[in-house]
Amino acid sequence: MMNKKFKAATLDGNEACAYIAYRVNEVCAIYPITPSSAMAEFADEWSAKGYKNIWGNIPDIIEMQSEGGAAGTVHGSLQVGSLTTTFTASQGLMLMLPNMYKIAGELTSAVIHVAARSLATQALSIFGDHQDVMAARTTGFAIMSSSNVQEAHDMALIAQAATLKARLPFIHFFDGFRTSHEVNKIDIIPDEIIRDMIDENLVIAQRNRALNPDNPFIRGTAQNPDVYFQGREASNPVYQQCPDIVEQVMHQFYNLTHRKYKPFEYTGVPDPEHIIVIMGSGVETAIETSAALNAQGAKTGVILVRLFRPFSAAHLLKVIPQGVKSIAVLDRTKESGAIGEPLYTDIISAFMEAYGKGELDALPRIIGGRYGLSSKEFTPAMVKAIYDNLRQEKPLNHFTVGINDDVTYKSLEYDPSYTIDEPGWTQALFFGLGADGTVGANKNSIKIIGENTDLFAQGYFVYDSKKSGARTVSHLRFGPKPIRAPYLVGHADFVACHQFNFVHKVDMLGSARNGATFLLNTTYPANEVWSNLPLQVQQHIVDKKMKFYVIDANQVAHDTGMAGRINTIMQTCFFAISGVLPREEAINQIKKAIEKTYFKKGKAVIDQNFKAVDQTLENLFEVTEFPAMNIGQVPDPVVSDLAPDFVKDVLSLMMEGKGDEVPVSAMPIDGTYPSGTTKWEKRQISEMIAAWDPVTCIQCGNCSFVCPHAVIRAKFYHSNTLFEAPDGFKSAPINAKGFPETKYTLQVYAEDCTGCNLCVEVCPVTNPSDRSRKAINLEPLQPVLSRERQNITFFEKIPYNERSRVNYSMVHGAQFLEPLFEFSGACAGCGETPYIKLLTQLYGERLLVANATGCSSIYGGNLPTTPWSCNSYNRGPAWSNSLFEDNAEFGLGMRISADKQLSNARDLLMDLTDELGHDFVASILDAAQVLESEIAEQRRRVHRLKELLLESTNPKALSLLSLADHLVKRSVWIVGGDGWAYDIGSGGLDHALASGRNINVLVLDTEVYSNTGGQMSKATPTAATAKFAAAGKRVGKKDLALQVISYGNVYVAQVAMGANPQQTLLAMREAEAYDGPSIILAYSHCIAHGIDMQKGMEQQANAVASGYWPLIRYNPVLRKNNRNPFVLDSPRPVISLKDYAYQELRYKVLSLTNPEEAGRLIELAQEIVDLRWKTYEQMAMSAADSFQPIF
Amino acid sequence: MNLTTKYLGLKLNSPLVVSACTLSEDLDNIMLMEDNGAGAVVMFSVFEEQIRKEEKKLASILNATTNTFAEASDFFPDLDDYHVATEQYLDIIRRAKERVKMPIIGSLNGITPEGWIEYAKQLEQAGVDALEINVFYIPADIRISGAEVESRYLDIIRLVKQTVSVPVAVKLSPYFSALGRLSVQMEEAGANGLVLFNRFYQPDFDIRSLKLMHNLNYSDASEIRLPLLWIAILSGQLRLSLAATTGVHSAEEAIKYLLAGADVAMTASALYKKGISYLSTIRQELEIWMDDMGFRSLDTFRGAMNQFNIDDPTAYERANYIRILEGNKVVRSNP
Repeated sequence: MMNKKFKAATLDGNEACAYIAYRVNEVCAIYPITPSSAMAEFADEWSAKGYKNIWGNIPDIIEMQSEGGAAGTVHGSLQVGSLTTTFTASQGLMLMLPNMYKIAGELTSAVIHVAARSLATQALSIFGDHQDVMAARTTGFAIMSSSNVQEAHDMALIAQAATLKARLPFIHFFDGFRTSHEVNKIDIIPDEIIRDMIDENLVIAQRNRALNPDNPFIRGTAQNPDVYFQGREASNPVYQQCPDIVEQVMHQFYNLTHRKYKPFEYTGVPDPEHIIVIMGSGVETAIETSAALNAQGAKTGVILVRLFRPFSAAHLLKVIPQGVKSIAVLDRTKESGAIGEPLYTDIISAFMEAYGKGELDALPRIIGGRYGLSSKEFTPAMVKAIYDNLRQEKPLNHFTVGINDDVTYKSLEYDPSYTIDEPGWTQALFFGLGADGTVGANKNSIKIIGENTDLFAQGYFVYDSKKSGARTVSHLRFGPKPIRAPYLVGHADFVACHQFNFVHKVDMLGSARNGATFLLNTTYPANEVWSNLPLQVQQHIVDKKMKFYVIDANQVAHDTGMAGRINTIMQTCFFAISGVLPREEAINQIKKAIEKTYFKKGKAVIDQNFKAVDQTLENLFEVTEFPAMNIGQVPDPVVSDLAPDFVKDVLSLMMEGKGDEVPVSAMPIDGTYPSGTTKWEKRQISEMIAAWDPVTCIQCGNCSFVCPHAVIRAKFYHSNTLFEAPDGFKSAPINAKGFPETKYTLQVYAEDCTGCNLCVEVCPVTNPSDRSRKAINLEPLQPVLSRERQNITFFEKIPYNERSRVNYSMVHGAQFLEPLFEFSGACAGCGETPYIKLLTQLYGERLLVANATGCSSIYGGNLPTTPWSCNSYNRGPAWSNSLFEDNAEFGLGMRISADKQLSNARDLLMDLTDELGHDFVASILDAAQVLESEIAEQRRRVHRLKELLLESTNPKALSLLSLADHLVKRSVWIVGGDGWAYDIGSGGLDHALASGRNINVLVLDTEVYSNTGGQMSKATPTAATAKFAAAGKRVGKKDLALQVISYGNVYVAQVAMGANPQQTLLAMREAEAYDGPSIILAYSHCIAHGIDMQKGMEQQANAVASGYWPLIRYNPVLRKNNRNPFVLDSPRPVISLKDYAYQELRYKVLSLTNPEEAGRLIELAQEIVDLRWKTYEQMAMSAADSFQPIF
Repeated sequence: MNLTTKYLGLKLNSPLVVSACTLSEDLDNIMLMEDNGAGAVVMFSVFEEQIRKEEKKLASILNATTNTFAEASDFFPDLDDYHVATEQYLDIIRRAKERVKMPIIGSLNGITPEGWIEYAKQLEQAGVDALEINVFYIPADIRISGAEVESRYLDIIRLVKQTVSVPVAVKLSPYFSALGRLSVQMEEAGANGLVLFNRFYQPDFDIRSLKLMHNLNYSDASEIRLPLLWIAILSGQLRLSLAATTGVHSAEEAIKYLLAGADVAMTASALYKKGISYLSTIRQELEIWMDDMGFRSLDTFRGAMNQFNIDDPTAYERANYIRILEGNKVVRSNP
């Protein structure tokens, strides 16, 4: 791709930017972070494929352990003279800040490309705004903004040319997601122009300034009060010249491309009264809206900011038209506590200074406002509201737009129906499920239209926050002119629903225009579908006089061997109905696209897709008869009436996709949310659910143990309980001696089951009368839904078994413990969540969790709901996520604080001995809290203590009351993935473990950064491919277990639930019981491994059977007792590494791309496995004194 | 000693041919085979069914991991350069053609007409000197008649012959009502050779786990009888080449096949057991035997014991069977 000239291409902002960055750099130091990861991924892939930069060499791409590391590497690389870049966002940019001051202070030419994103404050957000860039505005970097995909391409080059000329480093940013992920048709800059833009002499000059032992000097000195200040001022001229340089470079670019840019630009009528100043993707919305208003007689304009730092008042004032009455400066950021946001204060300063110097006769009224935080929509209606505000005699200053601020009343009202849609546009909305192919097909459609016709195309894709069953909405526009509409489709000509059950959940047709077309995938035939639609949908169709088409795409997919893959079928329908292209041409193009997509991936897939396309049209039917509407049919409420008010009033709006309607007053002010809210969602994401066969079942508990979503629950109870059971409630005599008249029930939470099939796979028994069935099987949901709802209601009335009556040292006993992590949005068949669920079953009531950012923090804490739950006593895990890099320290802080509070409580308790009674106080202070019964006893004592304290008038009693809960032992667990533990948080983890404090670490090791798309970590094994290791990982996986064992006093276990669940359980219990630091490395199969997820547990067993993942436990307590602390729990390898590894695409990828290298690496990997096994075996056979003594 | 032979119109330096097996997955092995006196190698089989299955699995995993959630649009590096299994297969053939002089015979096991055509073309383009088509087909559908099964074989031969210009051998099973007649028809359909016989996958049961066992046993020398019989019958009656496969564990079996009229004797199990270099042992033993017997070339004894060259041609028919049974009786009554 890189060496070809493209006149036009449809690509997203990330690719558009990376294309240039790759061409004009020699080194890229990278680290994944949403939404910038794709830029680094492109660079890595292009490098792996041998693509060259404009100097004819292949850029060196190096993944670092964090963005801090990436920045350090960038700094070092620049110091030795290589043109170096990095890509980042949000917290990543925050980690780069210290180095950025250095790079700028040393006047080093470089560009950092940023997909601008929100910062983690009251909550993390992966979406776009300018908070990160604004936090970097003091670093001394020049800051340049792009407004759209084309500019992300162009400015990347302009910034690179300018940085070399100006000797200042640049941040080049564009809006995360809105620009980074928007697909649009752009002109690609040919190589010749790129070369023309980069002055070779300046490259050489930068090289000549580099560190060189043949011309030695030092840089990076320490300076004292006498000269530091002067040194800071010495670079002033460089900053003063920079805006002019940027302007010159932009002019040079114009001469070469005819695309005109300025540091500040004015667009609008020549004599505007009201103007908006804005930066980023909102520019286009503002300009287009201003033009529409001007066409109706308004006098408005827009100043767009491209060069934000160094801020040039002169360049700004040069473009401000005469006679402007009022100006609204829009910031896509929030600076709490400031007088105004940064762009606003800069503009004010610029005007005030000019006025003070007499350069301006009068000052316009200048107000500031905030918009678009976390990718909040910014629409023409909002722009109009801002102009309307400017026209007021006393416009609202420090306003917000796009939200309803009913607390401080800062928000502008706007009319959502206002639109400036162009008549030539075709706008379409597609509702699908994550991974159902809808998004992929739409990206394909955009390419088909964008690259094969004169039409322009735009695509933007919205996902909900779940990883399984996520709803996706694709927003597509096609038109004869470039599409400048960086906001969602609000008035669609075409709406497609790819999943029938959405008609009951989302108001899809609310955004349909009059006369629009609705395409529905349904099993109902055309003459029956109408009566099966909810009233709201019928109403829209009739009122808006819509055309209505149906297709049973699943049947077509089935008939053509597409195994439920409906994307190509629905895409064909779209082209057939929408008329964007002539039907025949469209179908030809779809087929070409299929061939291109699946070329080299197999004729079988191509043939199937062709067949599906051919059979689509004969199964597409228009519904023309609209009989009576279902008057009176009331849709199911989004959440049950039993839900708490906050869930009903606030969270349910988010669940319904109406979170934008939540007013400020409804939001907690400090980011605190109730636990246990996933239980209200009842997402019904799988048509097939687990069903228990009580006759066949041996009650081993395996299914419940591995269930990633905690939908399989077990209880035992007296048989009399069944008197009130509903018909169809399943039970069986308990399979245990000494429990007469006791029944057992395994209840499946039908609406929460994801149909992952892990339970079926691990079930050890087969139904003797039907050997194709086990004791748990997948069956259709709908026929049993209403029965199972009743069963669950009854099941929930049966109390959970008393923990002290359950032998949960065994897997079959653990099933009776209540999980306090349930129904998460994790992938179906997730390999991580079973461990977390087990953790909550064991210690949930007294659990403090520090959770590193990553998959587990997203399925654990991404609104609207959380799976972290509580029991009937309102006790449960207290969970928090700080950052990615600091999780171990965060958890250690929790431990230290809990210990401190406990110590305070004990002191106060002793102080109150006379009042409370010596024996009572002693019983609390001396309580053993090892056994479940001992903890229960302590709880009773603490409960009594609180009663006594409430009656006391002693001032210390009140204080102790607030600390009394600490007297029950707390279990602190630090949970995160390998990206955290092996890479970004490695230093902190090491330190926390070395602290000797009683912390427990659970590493959910998927061996890649799963949350951001499978980038390599130091846990990634040799011979596997991953993002950032496209050519295969050549270095061995870090043996974290051995590293930690070297401390001697840390409990270490390596577990794989699918291989040996009992060992997992044992390790988790030993880790918690050990009064010191513990770490458990848990093999977690993952979709990033490229496996059939229902075989996840089997693959875990294979990992162990091959010796790749030995099961170990290192227990310092054994060493203290003069026994060998190292226990090897898994038997010698019985299969080769290849037998395990080649079941996974991550390993097979290389054999598909570079078989020889794959062969070499897998042999190397086998050697590593053999060696490691030998080492472990030797350790397991060593005498106790071969290990560090424990004091 | 002249060990040259003609097979499928190709001149081979030795009648010892390595039959389709996984040993040929490795280029070094192929070179070793030639060094140790192989006359040709039949490459490991391209199984259309397996390739399609792998393609579908790849597509299914990629589908399940693409555009799943906002932060991860996919999980694997860009797949433009992915090669499905045939690409690797073809690559080995191309490289083998550069490194060895002996003929390389591609082995193809299709399931659909499109598959036969597509892969036959690809193999020819990659440079194979001949094709061996392996119609591994069990008519498990009990409504299918013998005639339909035979016609399927013939259709495939015609299809492949229309597709490629290199010679085509057919590897077939012994389970036909009239193998002789079918062989004639195959020749008429264009087959250049027959490979006798395919060793069918025959499942076994694990009586503890109540599961099917999928292990494949190596052949042993006693298994040569059936192919020996049919080669002896067909030899001299057909113009096409005959290859004997199954049970060649020493020169003795190879010699027997040659005496029956085979143009080549194929082996694989022996090489798994004793290593590829064992080929040279077989070759030496063959030469020693020929020397002992005074044969200077293969042609001087090939087919010497086929149906037409023995004293009693009916010995290959029913009488032969009766004689064996009678012989058995004697053995049993005299332990």
